[in-house]
Amino acid sequence: MPDPIISIRGLSKTYAGGFQALKTVDLDIERGEIFALLGPNGAGKTTLIGIVCGLVRMTAGSVVADGHDILKDFRAARAKIGLVPQEISTDSFETVWDTVKFSRGLFGKPPNPAHLEKVLKDLSLWDKKSEKIQALSGGMKRRVLIAKALSHEPTILFLDEPTAGVDVELRRDMWEMVRGLRANGVTIILTTHYIEEAEEMADRIGVISRGELILVEDKAVLMRKLGKKQLTLHLQEPLAHVPAGLEDYQLELAADGADLVYSFDAQAESTGIAELLKRLTERGVDFKDLRTQESSLEDIFVSLVQGARA
Amino acid sequence: MNLNAVRAIYAFEMHRWARTIVQSVAAPVITTSLYFIVFGAAIGSRMPSIGGVSYGAFIVPGLLMLSILTESISNGSFGIYMPKFAGTIYEVLSAPVSAAEVVLGYVGAAASKSVMLGLVILATARIFVPYEIGHPFVALAFLVLTSVTFSLFGFLTGIWADGWEKLSIMPTLVITPLTFLGGSFYSIDMLPGVWRQIALVNPVVYLVSGFRWSFYGVSDVGVWVSLAATLGFLAACLAAVTWIFRTGWRLKT
Repeated sequence: MPDPIISIRGLSKTYAGGFQALKTVDLDIERGEIFALLGPNGAGKTTLIGIVCGLVRMTAGSVVADGHDILKDFRAARAKIGLVPQEISTDSFETVWDTVKFSRGLFGKPPNPAHLEKVLKDLSLWDKKSEKIQALSGGMKRRVLIAKALSHEPTILFLDEPTAGVDVELRRDMWEMVRGLRANGVTIILTTHYIEEAEEMADRIGVISRGELILVEDKAVLMRKLGKKQLTLHLQEPLAHVPAGLEDYQLELAADGADLVYSFDAQAESTGIAELLKRLTERGVDFKDLRTQESSLEDIFVSLVQGARA
Repeated sequence: MNLNAVRAIYAFEMHRWARTIVQSVAAPVITTSLYFIVFGAAIGSRMPSIGGVSYGAFIVPGLLMLSILTESISNGSFGIYMPKFAGTIYEVLSAPVSAAEVVLGYVGAAASKSVMLGLVILATARIFVPYEIGHPFVALAFLVLTSVTFSLFGFLTGIWADGWEKLSIMPTLVITPLTFLGGSFYSIDMLPGVWRQIALVNPVVYLVSGFRWSFYGVSDVGVWVSLAATLGFLAACLAAVTWIFRTGWRLKT
């Protein structure tokens, strides 16, 4: 990969209690992409982010962020990174404006009210700027965290479970905002266990399970490679068993024999649908309706994680 | 040096202080005033003078130290404990700041508050008891040094504390007894034999004694010994804070 913005090599983490949260992870993040890190709870997503951002000490390995080693050259590396944590932790008694001003200064940037105003406006927080954070709703608080992370103009943004517990509307807004950031050249790494989110947003997907990165793939490629299509026929008359002479199609009956399901590889040269329908007609199997269905990223994910555990 | 960060932390802390001005300034001023009224004006008028200093005036430096120690520790500890408790510490840990800058911001703010509070208490004391400061620069030096040292000690307490109870243990169960037994209200020369030796183990004795010397030129231990003891304690706190940031103790996993 040419010039990754984040380069992780041999990263491992064993916590004091002996729990191994990460096992030798290698990962490159491309400049300007949206990368989704998927995994069940406790898979190591937050630990991985924590190490890159400086909250967790690595046991072994190295991380280079935009050309700067995160330990040897921590100032330069961290100045490039913004972090939106999973937990909503804010200074309840401060105003929105004061808290973003603080964040900008903390990251070493001189005051720039115009930039902060833009950030707050982009997040629909401008009219709340003088309110104390404790007076805001949960969704608004999460926006405040994002505003804080963007206050110092980072080129890399980590979003740890950005839409956990967020209503549908805000989730859509947030996706919109993330796309906007990417359009401005910000690289985004988000963790999620909402597959829908990764499917909607990500350019590439990494799947982490039990501290191991079990797959990193372009989203479209992943869905093509692992995606299955299904054809479901709603029959006129329920069948007791799959008609003879159709064994090579690996058909299944569902809904007490009222549905006939045919799974096929969408990428194959020939899907065999036309031939199947012809043969069914020859055998007098009539259907009133049909639909085709693609497997979602969720199906892919579940099968991957189960495969890794097996 | 990330001066913007130091400034941001400092300003944030001072702002927090201004927001709770009643609790952080009015409360200690009122408490100390009560001491001055009861021990200085009321009881003090019936007490013989100590080393040529009237009792009311004698207790001024000690009471000031009592407030400075308590407030420095509570300010220093609160400043870092709150972000730990609320979870906002993530931001400081992920920022491009060194340990020295974090300490400078938090401890600098806590010490500034203590020095200001000390000056306010000093002015208030003048209402109740007449006193003079013989060596004002030495007095200021002790005031600043003590504020910095104990704000730093408070900062360490705040990192160490993993609950509200531990946070209050230091000022109430350690510092207050040490201050009361440290010669705030009496000269340790008044103590019977062995207790005087025991008192010399108490670090507060050196602070109060040195500070009192800067007022009246009388002290329980030499002023240089006082200064050396205070600097020694500061050095110990600095060593501890350096170790904490190097190992990430109670801050990082």
